[in-house]
Amino acid sequence: MFACLHAPGNLPLLEECARYFSPLIEVTSPDTIVFDIRGLRWIYGAPAQIASEIQRKVGVAANLALASNPDAAVHAARGIRGVTILPPGREAAILALLPPYLLGGSPEFARTLDLWGIRTFGEFADLPPLGVAARLGEEGTHMQQLARGTGSRQLRLHVDPLVFREEKELEDSLDLREPLLFLLSRMLSELCRRLRCHGRSTNEIRLRLKLERASDHTATLRLPVPMLDSKVLLKLLELELNDSPPQAPIEKIQLEMMPIEPRTTQHGLFLPSAPEPEKLEITLARIRGLVGAANVGAPELVNTHRPGAIRTGRLKTAKGAAVPLHPKLAIRRFRPPYPAQVWCTGGKPVRIFSSMGGGSIVACAGPWQTSGDWWTSEVWNHQEWDIEIQSMGVFRIYQDYLLGQWLIEGNYD
Amino acid sequence: MIAPPTLLREQIQSVLGSRYGAAFLTQKKTAGETLPSVVGEIPRGALTEIAGPASSGRTSLLYSLLATASSGEEFCTLLDTEDTFDPESAAAAGVRLSQVLWVRCGGNVEHALKSLDMLANAGGFGLIAIDLADTPAKIVRRIPIAAWFRLRHAVENTRTALVVVAQQIHAGSCSALKIELSRSRALWRGRSSGCLLDAFEATTQYIRNHRAQERRFTILR
Repeated sequence: MFACLHAPGNLPLLEECARYFSPLIEVTSPDTIVFDIRGLRWIYGAPAQIASEIQRKVGVAANLALASNPDAAVHAARGIRGVTILPPGREAAILALLPPYLLGGSPEFARTLDLWGIRTFGEFADLPPLGVAARLGEEGTHMQQLARGTGSRQLRLHVDPLVFREEKELEDSLDLREPLLFLLSRMLSELCRRLRCHGRSTNEIRLRLKLERASDHTATLRLPVPMLDSKVLLKLLELELNDSPPQAPIEKIQLEMMPIEPRTTQHGLFLPSAPEPEKLEITLARIRGLVGAANVGAPELVNTHRPGAIRTGRLKTAKGAAVPLHPKLAIRRFRPPYPAQVWCTGGKPVRIFSSMGGGSIVACAGPWQTSGDWWTSEVWNHQEWDIEIQSMGVFRIYQDYLLGQWLIEGNYD
Repeated sequence: MIAPPTLLREQIQSVLGSRYGAAFLTQKKTAGETLPSVVGEIPRGALTEIAGPASSGRTSLLYSLLATASSGEEFCTLLDTEDTFDPESAAAAGVRLSQVLWVRCGGNVEHALKSLDMLANAGGFGLIAIDLADTPAKIVRRIPIAAWFRLRHAVENTRTALVVVAQQIHAGSCSALKIELSRSRALWRGRSSGCLLDAFEATTQYIRNHRAQERRFTILR
């Protein structure tokens, strides 16, 4: 049995009422809700008693219909005022006087029924099924079944978005790390258990700490892969809190995990080994705490001609051709570059001196002019040279036209 | 005539070994696995030192190793003590940058060693390199020998090749292989205004099991 409640503009109220009676509800439209009432007869008795209980609970003027299938209940609730009970086998008779626009369907279908002079469900239900199928196709057959009240379908269940959040209001403010971690451990275990029950994992954890006489402390952990190990997550939170501890005693803890499909990987026999994601993430969190978050990551090239422009991203495998063993000339880039004094003869550098040392330039190649970003405040304009300094090595130097200074950019090694 | 099993195995390994190296791994062979390079085989599960002065080709050799390891779909780590890594020239050398974990230590050797210890113990990397080439030798000499022993122990029986690049050899008996480079000769092409830096000619001493072999190679631009 299914019950349908129809009341324009009262969806939250209808939903609350439906949820009181059944977890299986369908929000058919903003003014109509259908829910499964099978089993309620063991509690309330006959359908009439179930209907009176529902009507009493809903508390507002709403049409209510009980039927053996969801569509019949919807049509009855939309078309018949008050409470309607459609006993099995009598649906067609009760729905017979309803106007055909309640069936829905395409505009062509409605126009065809209008041209045929069909004014009620009953008139449409009485038409020969084979003729309807021949003229209106599959849609016509389906609509005729609905008009007869014999439709059969499953409920399109309305499922609330999964929220995995734990809150804990503390009687006494916390100002020590260990009790906080103890509470976080319990909350993480509970959230991980719930995630596991729903077949989910998480890739983002949001921690909000309400502080005493201070603004809230928030921390967000974004994980490179979905994880569900509460011990690993606790360690990551601990490292995060070590890096940026709350500045006042804690009054309330709120922890939320964003659900995501779990990671499913098939490890191949012939694949090269890779760091275990959970272990690597803890290691990286520790190293970030040591050297700074901005100094750890996979280097990425930036689409610019600016010398030394870099950024870091996440580790990931990349495809590419095999490389030859023969090395290519590399440069060691000095960050920041060393200021230098350069003496030139005939436009070429012949002698250099800097805090690294100096000497005569025995060979040089250049100059190469590079400039860019003149439309921003970070404009650069350089003249580059490759130079070989006696007994020191080969370096790349440049003259910064904007600073009017020579700088040693790097060392060919 | 049927080939003896040993010969047959050798033949199969020679055909499939380069493609499916992991298929023939056994506990005994793990330590024997190597990473190919222009100067010779770099052992996995052991410490290798690359030493030499500026412009001797140390960095080019390191980038070549990173390229070899990353092209085999392995993850690598570079602990950049003095922040001198140049991703552009590394990419040009064939390094797959997205597979390289770059840790910039801002000149702090202690942080670099701590990070190295953590990463070596985390496991799973094909190559872990620490670049101490621009760190003053007197600071590197202060690293206790016990630290090198611990690092060597951390990568033992793993597929990780641990490489230290510095100005001088420091780890002593902890390193299974020492590669000492002497200052390269720069080759300039063209004359006067059309001159270009073309290549380096590098000379290296490949020292393994107390046996030194001199090897020469060219580093093209």
